[in-house]
Amino acid sequence: MKVEQLSIFLENKPGGLEQVTRILKDAEINIRTLSLADTTDFGILRMIVNDVDAAALVLKTQGLRVSRTTVVAVEVPDRPGGLHGILEVLSGNGINVEYLYAFVEKSGQNAVIIFRFDDPDTAIEVLQKNGLTVLPGAKLYAL
Amino acid sequence: MIYNEDFETLPREVLEALQLKRLRQVVQRVYHTVGFYRRAFDEAGVQPDDIKTLDDLRRFPFTAKQDLRANYPFGLFAVPMSSIVRLHASSGTTGRSTVVGYTKRDIDTWTELMARCLVAAGLTKNDIFLNAYGYGLFTGGLGIHYGAEKIGASVIPMSGGNTKRQLMILQDFGPTAICCTPSYALNLAEEGKAMGIDMKTLKLRVGIFGAEPWSEKMRLEIEDALGITALNLYGLSEIMGPGVSMECQEGRHGMHVFEDHFLVEAINPDTGEVLPPGEEGELVFTTLTKEAFPLIRFRSRDISRLLPEPCRCGRTLYRMDRVTGRSDDMLIIRGVNIFPSQVEAVIMEIEGLEPHYQLIVDRAGNLDTLEVQVEVSEQLFSNADEVKVLQNMERRITKNIKDYLGVSARVKLVEPKSLQRFEGKASRVLDKRQI
Repeated sequence: MKVEQLSIFLENKPGGLEQVTRILKDAEINIRTLSLADTTDFGILRMIVNDVDAAALVLKTQGLRVSRTTVVAVEVPDRPGGLHGILEVLSGNGINVEYLYAFVEKSGQNAVIIFRFDDPDTAIEVLQKNGLTVLPGAKLYAL
Repeated sequence: MIYNEDFETLPREVLEALQLKRLRQVVQRVYHTVGFYRRAFDEAGVQPDDIKTLDDLRRFPFTAKQDLRANYPFGLFAVPMSSIVRLHASSGTTGRSTVVGYTKRDIDTWTELMARCLVAAGLTKNDIFLNAYGYGLFTGGLGIHYGAEKIGASVIPMSGGNTKRQLMILQDFGPTAICCTPSYALNLAEEGKAMGIDMKTLKLRVGIFGAEPWSEKMRLEIEDALGITALNLYGLSEIMGPGVSMECQEGRHGMHVFEDHFLVEAINPDTGEVLPPGEEGELVFTTLTKEAFPLIRFRSRDISRLLPEPCRCGRTLYRMDRVTGRSDDMLIIRGVNIFPSQVEAVIMEIEGLEPHYQLIVDRAGNLDTLEVQVEVSEQLFSNADEVKVLQNMERRITKNIKDYLGVSARVKLVEPKSLQRFEGKASRVLDKRQI
């Protein structure tokens, strides 16, 4: 039920992000969702793509520092309190969120929240036990 | 003014006779007490008795900084530890640092030489002296301190940094003389001005500056900003510390080398050939009187030239011109000597980092800045896609550089291959300073 995410190290400089999107465009890789964490000096670009292996290979070949991390995708109805319901469950079970980002599905009915946990297996177990929908990677890549 | 008229104004032939006598003694002594020198002389096929004239020294091998490191920490000492009363050391990780020792008599000599420097700058017992050189393992603070007490000045052992406090003391204690790096003097002037202090109305009248390269332009800037006479002091810890040579207020051009204690040569750094006086080259020093840590033909790597012309102050001691550069890749950052290889050693101590780095040196306002760019290694990033992990790494490198090398750096992680892969060490450094 886990999702593989690509993280890319970027210096804070003009053209840094564009370089990544160009490589992915040329390799015909589609980005499902992304988020950028930034500091004064550098940023970490995190993405879910349709083909993790191909994307990781092509980015590495172009000399970028890439790592693959495991994240968890949770589907919630796109309405007030949707995210809160998940966080309530997590906090009630003492699970810490390292970071998260979100997007709304094409249908517009549901939102998908991407979570990074220290221990994704425990988190998935807790989420499912509480009736939340955890999306498998394959479904996300193919959205 | 001259502190030791007898020795500072000797006729050249008398001075040279004294140098020869002392040279013969020190060469004999190191041959018999320091294994390194016995081996080096034997290998070069020279014997202490070969020294018949001063020029015979040219046949003797050089001592390099590398030899000091290879004999870290005490391998080149010529006396037992029981005779040593003081140790100083350069910054660096184990094996990258150099350690110097002094006997009681060495400290006395150093004290006298610093007294000569301060008197050459016109100081007397009536001066209040703010010593803003760093105290501690660095030779600057304590070396100058002893000399200033020797002439009876009132010494404020301020040490470096803490600019606001320095400015308070400059106003409240009314020092008439100050000693620090020239860039720090400009920094004090600027900060003082920003705080609304009229720096020219302070009681300061003379400043003694050294430990980093500076220019005539900086001299005029400092003199103008602080309303003082600015003079140049030179030294290197391996040879003694500050007090190897000093500019006199009468001449204000070149620093008199205390040749009764140090023999100085200028060489072509590539061939090792000795150059005639007046020609620019690397200065090489031989200590003539030092007991604990004598050095024969130590390559300072400082580029300068010897000025044999007589000086109006009456000293017969040759002068050396301003140091204009280095014949190695050493950097001087806010008065602290750093080799790129030392930064590399700090980086390589941290697991997961690779030796891909670049040093960018600049001057912001009047203070040197050091940026260390380190490439994010695969190992580091594969374990960490979190900002905090990378930021912790930046902080850790910053702290280790500060702890080992004594200098504050701005550490910046950069993308792989964004730094050129260099062959030579020197190109690891981008020095943007205009001094």
